[in-house]
Amino acid sequence: MKLVDIICFDAIVAQLNSNKRDEVIAELVQSLVGHKKMEGVDAKNMVRAVVKRENEASTGIGKGVAVPHVKHKSITEPVAVIGCSQEGIDFASLDKQPVYSVFLLLSPASNPDKHLQAMETIFKNLQKDDFRRFLRQAQTAEAIIEAVKDADEDDNG
Amino acid sequence: MSKSTHEIEVEIRNPEGLHMRPAMQFVDLANSFDSDISVSHQDVSVDAKSIMQMTMLAATCGTRLKITATGADAGQAIQALQDLVENKFSDDPEAAVSEKEG
Repeated sequence: MKLVDIICFDAIVAQLNSNKRDEVIAELVQSLVGHKKMEGVDAKNMVRAVVKRENEASTGIGKGVAVPHVKHKSITEPVAVIGCSQEGIDFASLDKQPVYSVFLLLSPASNPDKHLQAMETIFKNLQKDDFRRFLRQAQTAEAIIEAVKDADEDDNG
Repeated sequence: MSKSTHEIEVEIRNPEGLHMRPAMQFVDLANSFDSDISVSHQDVSVDAKSIMQMTMLAATCGTRLKITATGADAGQAIQALQDLVENKFSDDPEAAVSEKEG
């Protein structure tokens, strides 16, 4: 699985409005609305589910990134979106540092293996210092898309 | 204290696989030991003390993982991690709601 297979480019938010965790989650879910993988998804409901999951254990895994996610029955294929913040967001991260790049992932409840594959794809790339740095510097959706495509390319080599 | 290396193979048995929360439990437990601990699946080997690396394993239910610990407390570390995996990480009740029957 590649990042391009799960990330919805049209929904990327290069400059998040809010710097509050729950509002950021809502912004990203809202941005995904209209995507074909979101058919039949109730956005409010989805935001609640992601926030609930986030409250159980922070997905801010350090190094300025967070991967809020949920497995939900209204989702049939994993779908993800990236949001960036120049200001930084308090995600109650493991390293207590603010988060600048957020990957929101919505996965099917009926297919935990697909969810794991999507998480693997995201984490494999977030491990790369370059990828995190490019995301952090990106100010436009185009720059983020380029970073994502480069990261995918990198895995071919 | 003498250093030793211990190794064991375990199978992920929780239906949802080694998703982020159980992976975090695993990482927390690994970090409570001084030994160097790695986990491998096929040709991928990762640091058991890093959540980013552990999530990269994408260990689904049924995946067999090899845990290797080297250090003074390697034996205890392996035992504790094996127990955690075999008790299915006391995974969240949500995970019990699986639509895959049989």
